[in-house]
Amino acid sequence: MDDLVAVIRDYVVKEYLEEGDDRTIDSETPLISGGIVDSFSMVSLKRFLEKKCQIRIPDEQATPDAFDTVSRIAELVERIRRDAPVAAR
Amino acid sequence: MATTTAVMAHARADWSAIERELGHHPGRPINIGWYCSDRICEQGLAGKAALLWEDAQGARRSYTFDDLRVHSNTFARLLLGMGVRPGDRVCIFMDRIPELYFAFLGVLKMGGVAQPLFSAFGEDSLKVRLADAGTVALLTQRKHAGKLRRVREALPELKHVVVVDAGAAALGDGEMAFDLESAPRVEHFDVFPSLSETPSVLHYTSGTTGPPKGAEHVHSSILAQYYTTKLVLGLRPDDVYWCNADPGWVTGTSYGIIGPWSNGITQVVLDSGFNAERWYSFLERRCVTVWYSAPTAIRLLMREGRDLVRRFDLSALRHLASVGEPLNPEAVVWSQEVFGRPFHDTFWQTETGSIVIANLPGTRIKPGSMGRPVPGVTAAVLDPATLEPLEGHGRVGLIALRPGWPSMMRGYWRKPDAYAKKFRGDWYLCGDKARIDADGYFWFVGRDDDVINTGGHLVGPFEVESALLEHPAVAESAAVAKPDPVNMEVVKAFVALKPGFVAGDDLELEIMNRVRRRLSPLAMPQEIEFVTSLPKTRSGKILRRVLRAQEWGEPVGDLSTMMDE
Repeated sequence: MDDLVAVIRDYVVKEYLEEGDDRTIDSETPLISGGIVDSFSMVSLKRFLEKKCQIRIPDEQATPDAFDTVSRIAELVERIRRDAPVAAR
Repeated sequence: MATTTAVMAHARADWSAIERELGHHPGRPINIGWYCSDRICEQGLAGKAALLWEDAQGARRSYTFDDLRVHSNTFARLLLGMGVRPGDRVCIFMDRIPELYFAFLGVLKMGGVAQPLFSAFGEDSLKVRLADAGTVALLTQRKHAGKLRRVREALPELKHVVVVDAGAAALGDGEMAFDLESAPRVEHFDVFPSLSETPSVLHYTSGTTGPPKGAEHVHSSILAQYYTTKLVLGLRPDDVYWCNADPGWVTGTSYGIIGPWSNGITQVVLDSGFNAERWYSFLERRCVTVWYSAPTAIRLLMREGRDLVRRFDLSALRHLASVGEPLNPEAVVWSQEVFGRPFHDTFWQTETGSIVIANLPGTRIKPGSMGRPVPGVTAAVLDPATLEPLEGHGRVGLIALRPGWPSMMRGYWRKPDAYAKKFRGDWYLCGDKARIDADGYFWFVGRDDDVINTGGHLVGPFEVESALLEHPAVAESAAVAKPDPVNMEVVKAFVALKPGFVAGDDLELEIMNRVRRRLSPLAMPQEIEFVTSLPKTRSGKILRRVLRAQEWGEPVGDLSTMMDE
């Protein structure tokens, strides 16, 4: 889980923070409601997770709330992995 | 004899009376910056709250109309002192922080042309718009300055860059720091005596072909913005008003700055991304009475369910309105159920500068309808073949408006041909299709061109395709609208790869992120379909309409000009 959190956090910092944006991202930093990742960009974050974690995240579970912090995203990924260990991958 | 049911001159607006109400005399100066701040203070409302602001981190700031007057003076003085001259284009590239609002009015007060740009724009979107406008100065934040630095060399006309929150951070060459809080208050400033036709605001909008175009507005636009804010949004002096729109788009300036403040209304701003609970909490805590939102936001709220909204006391809400894309009937019914009042759909464009078709407060709403033309606007649907108003009702045609209201654009910046093409005879063509029912209500049918309306914002396929083609793997591309349950439409790209490149998830994500960074998240294809070739005419022009029809499950139409495979 810690590895997953680190992977997601690093990706968010690399992809969604602009040079000069000195906000720090931890596992509880609001991403969607904090304006760091908008609802459109969420799609590319979802694709990254699906690719990296070899899962499919159902659209109805990819909500702004579920994607609002790194820890919530990691929980979602873990849940999908747990619930559908074969079919989802 | 032809019937006239299709041409809706709903009622006349007496613009002279509105001028008198605003104390404006024809031929005398009319400056939006002054009307939104100094005039309100002169009316004895200097101490009234103008802006109640907060952000996602919980920071809060409050400003009176006198603060608005002084802080806009301060920005005006800063710009003049730097050498910016009346008529110069000054870009405001910021999040919804208080400085954005003061800077906007300050630019207008010193006679500049305010060019607000959405702060999520990437470097290419920024470069195209600044280069086209010949922008002389740009006001921004530290976190957005990097995008500008990457394209600054391509912008020789850009002389001044001001960073309003630099703090101790190192700045780039040619950038200066400005801190409003520590700057001397400018109590008195000689406001530029702009006249009715003096340029005020330059808002960029996307079309089907070519790069985005700058819609030029003038200071007398305030007459229509002031008037429709009262008439359509129903604002009264004691209201607390929330407009969700970012001033990087026209709604955020016409109805997020000019309309409410020229009426002396208190407005609240939440500089935050979407979060249903926070939004409801904000509405409750700020006792918002009038809320101007957008269908995409409303649909996101609907997804969160009724239980959440019922935890909040939103009884202060008196009027709800929506803009950006057609409001689906379910959203109207839902808002009636959960808020006890319906969202009122409104229709207008960057080019029109103010609302032109609307469901007015107190009138019967037909869920799903855009409403009827507002007083002062003559609207019709035209036969696509003859470009004459359709007779009778119920037939689908092109939405057309007869200019005459004060906020209509005066041109596209440096593009007179593109401007001329928007007109047929006396009619301005909106680029949208609709039908009119027997009661004169307009019903949106769709766009009449290839522009993609995503989340209420227009994305030009040309811009997206240009960005796609810059990727080394892409041989050719087409960007079209794809239906989406929340955003109405999203961008879908069809991409044919160059030899040696292999389609796959890695490449798809790489291309998506590239478009997002260079243009904006809105323009990022939400899906990329890799194809071996794209449908084209025999002359080689890509037939986007074929791909679009495929996405929407619609007939593809005439294919006689299509190149054989």
